[in-house]
Amino acid sequence: MTALMELRNVTKVYSGGLFRKRYTVALEDIFLPIGGERPGILTIAGESGSGKTTMGMLLLGFLAPTRGQILYQGKDLWQMPKTEWMTFRREVQAIFQDPFEVYNPFYKVDHVLTVPIAKFRLARSKEETRALVEEALLGVGLRPDETLGRYPHQLSGGQRQRITVARALLLKPRLIIADEPVSMVDASLRATILESLRKLNREMGISILYITHDLATAYHISENIVVLYQGSVTEAGDVDSVIKEPQHPYTQLLVSSIPWPDPDRRWEREELVARGETLEEETRGCKFAPRCPFVMSICHESHPPLFRTDSSRAAACYLYKDAPVIEGSDIGGVLGRGERVPLEEGQAPAT
Amino acid sequence: MARVAGFLGYVRRNKGLGVGLALLLFLLLFATAGRLFVDTDDAYPLSAPTNQPPSREYPFGTDSQGRDLLATAVMGTGLTVRIGVIAGSLGLGLGTLLGFVAAYYGGVLDTIIRWVVDVLLTIPSLLVLVVIASTMGRKGMNVNGMALVVSILAWMWPTRTIRAQVLTLRERAFVRVAQLSGESDLEIIFKELMPNLLPFLGASLVGSVTGAVFASLGLQALGLGPMREPTLGMTIYWVMYYGAFVRGMWWWIITPIAIIVILFVGLFLLSAGLDEIANPRLRRKV
Amino acid sequence: MSNNDILQVKDLRTYYHTEAGAVKAVDGLTFGLSRGLKLGLVGESGCGKSTMALSFMRLIKPPGRIEAGQVLLDGVDLIRLSEEEMRKVRLNEISLIPQGAMNSLNPVMRVRNQIMDGIKDHDSGMTKEEMRARVRQVLESVELEPEVANMYPHELSGGMKQRVCVAIAISLRPKVVIADEPTSALDVVIQRQVMETIGRLQEQLGISMILIGHDMGLMAQFVERLAVMYAGKLAEIASVGDIFREPLHPYTQLLISSLPTLSVKGVFRSIPGITPSLLNPPSGCLFHPRCPKAMDMCSQQVPVLKEASPGRWVACHLYEG
Repeated sequence: MTALMELRNVTKVYSGGLFRKRYTVALEDIFLPIGGERPGILTIAGESGSGKTTMGMLLLGFLAPTRGQILYQGKDLWQMPKTEWMTFRREVQAIFQDPFEVYNPFYKVDHVLTVPIAKFRLARSKEETRALVEEALLGVGLRPDETLGRYPHQLSGGQRQRITVARALLLKPRLIIADEPVSMVDASLRATILESLRKLNREMGISILYITHDLATAYHISENIVVLYQGSVTEAGDVDSVIKEPQHPYTQLLVSSIPWPDPDRRWEREELVARGETLEEETRGCKFAPRCPFVMSICHESHPPLFRTDSSRAAACYLYKDAPVIEGSDIGGVLGRGERVPLEEGQAPAT
Repeated sequence: MARVAGFLGYVRRNKGLGVGLALLLFLLLFATAGRLFVDTDDAYPLSAPTNQPPSREYPFGTDSQGRDLLATAVMGTGLTVRIGVIAGSLGLGLGTLLGFVAAYYGGVLDTIIRWVVDVLLTIPSLLVLVVIASTMGRKGMNVNGMALVVSILAWMWPTRTIRAQVLTLRERAFVRVAQLSGESDLEIIFKELMPNLLPFLGASLVGSVTGAVFASLGLQALGLGPMREPTLGMTIYWVMYYGAFVRGMWWWIITPIAIIVILFVGLFLLSAGLDEIANPRLRRKV
Repeated sequence: MSNNDILQVKDLRTYYHTEAGAVKAVDGLTFGLSRGLKLGLVGESGCGKSTMALSFMRLIKPPGRIEAGQVLLDGVDLIRLSEEEMRKVRLNEISLIPQGAMNSLNPVMRVRNQIMDGIKDHDSGMTKEEMRARVRQVLESVELEPEVANMYPHELSGGMKQRVCVAIAISLRPKVVIADEPTSALDVVIQRQVMETIGRLQEQLGISMILIGHDMGLMAQFVERLAVMYAGKLAEIASVGDIFREPLHPYTQLLISSLPTLSVKGVFRSIPGITPSLLNPPSGCLFHPRCPKAMDMCSQQVPVLKEASPGRWVACHLYEG
């Protein structure tokens, strides 16, 4: 299955500092295929410093990798001729986190919808443009007469974010990178926006890369998940099992820290498994070793590869060193499995 | 009509802006409508008896070269403002272009532009202007020449400030969205970034013009300006050349100084007023 | 409300007077905080939660103004105090951890000095040695190493900065602490650790606490009683278990049903409509335009907060009589 986009051995390093050059490794040796014949929703989960936003920027072509390649339909993004780049631009779109910042305050909100229609020549007349815009707005549950012709500050955050989704709907891309699309939206509106994303995937066959730190929403919207910690993949696979039975100690920590909205399910009363935050530590081995409750000597010596613990699961942890090692792009095999049958309301998932 | 009413309402609250605009408008009227009342030729030497204090015939008096000082004031105001506006605009225009290019494209271009600006800024500008003006020779200098000379150094500060503004704008999400919408770099600069900078550019223009007027006054007072033209700066030069202070010719001294004060106060208030518009946080609370 | 309450709020009204009119950010808030209790206040953005916190601390600036009401801290009405008297009460008896606190630490002052700032302002009796000891003590209680006292804010991580803010807030052992979204900018793992620290501290020092936020999950994990705010008024107050298991107010019901849970996958519900304008609020019950159970009277009469059953207060016409 050829992937739509692929990160091939990608490393991104930021350098800074005046006298002492300080290097921040945002992403290291990442292999990841995205999208393909069966468009799905993949979550990239991680906290701040995990590299998830960098990954989004790399995939959108806003950043160039320090090492490795970013492929679009098999071709290197940074070696593409201009025409192919324009196609890429049209076919890979994004939804960003801040519903206010994505609008140019000088223009009305229509601007963000009409400009791409014009640039990508999606309509041939003003009427066609108007029709496309209205159809897209209705598709996300907004009323054109209540939203068009207004300035961004005259609309609510939820409305603005929905317009961003309408924009994606309008362009009918093949892949949408959604970087924390609901984290700045009120809880009551999150459901609508996430539901729109699901609709885009199911009805229009658009692959979605859902970047987030919120595992609760990730669980509901995606089929597969990749967990990042300080620039490396720690765990990947089917989202149900990864969240319900996390294998990597970091994922276990993450899942146990989620504040579930259920007063009967409080955080375990015992002492948190990992030690607190550390300040600046460089390790040659596993990056989580300083905080890991299961740390062994081998963990400090070299960075663990991804071990395939199951047909649809993998973890980069020496606890599973007897499992076969996944090389490079084979990670796709772990993410491509699992027929996802949409559940009926109220139905419990089959184990 | 509603817009004018809205504007006047705002001006009433922002008194500084109102007063500044009024002062500048007054000077503008003085320089333009004033021409209807005076014979512009009288602003040149040998048009009137010399060293006359103000009288009915010569309300502002005359100077040691026989100029009617009222005509001189009218002409001078216009010329000085013209120099300031031309030089200020040229400086801002070039500064904007360079600032945008440096900030948006970054890399080597940015480094070069920044380096040039930083180096040139450390050189005392008056010195440079004096050198340039004196090499141009007294005969060659006219009003437009003066404007060009001053504009040589007027572009550097705007380059820096506009570059800084664009740098902050460049990282904003709406620029990314514009890129995703297929806009080219130039389109982004002109259609997305520029409109957001208009208030800032407006305020910068006022600053630029003020600086240009100041520089031109300085040069002229030193005798490096257009000797034949009756600009305000040249008037001051002649005041010093002929020793007007010692000779008690107060009418000659007071006019250019009064006009200069009005001009600068007006420009300052305008700049402060525009600042408030550009930065809503400074707006007076209700 | 009862006599065991350390804090009693009666009909608090805080409006912002803008050119367009008065924005009724807090419009008739009445509730009580029992001693040693952890009370949560949840509501969407713009519902008035932060305005309420600032009102308690008398930190409302023009064009905002506290129009009416009482805020009784141990019987003393904070609204009626003079500015000088209020200054003595702030930090000493009631303190606030404001939103985004970690970004408002002074970047050019060491942590120790920032903590001592507050102490110095109030307790002129302490010697320098005593103050330093108190700083050490306070850092220890928020589980920070004593070395942190010497550091500058930029040397600390997000979670550590937030703990410093907590330390400042409890440095004079106040009776009431209001925490306005104390962990919203933190990662989920650090969030849990900081919240647990706050919880331990609250128990040890017997502080009565109000946690303001919009994360229902966090409320479920931390508070004992929960108040739901909508458009400047209280919709419902009850024990946290009751709110989650059996919400009474339709707004609370919709809120609860929009939360993702682990048990049922893929079901999303949200609340239709948009938040009401606080400038031109709808008539009667502010929620009626979006309420699935709205009746005729809902558009005419404003419902009053009433005790529907022991310990459960609702402002909804469905539960009257």
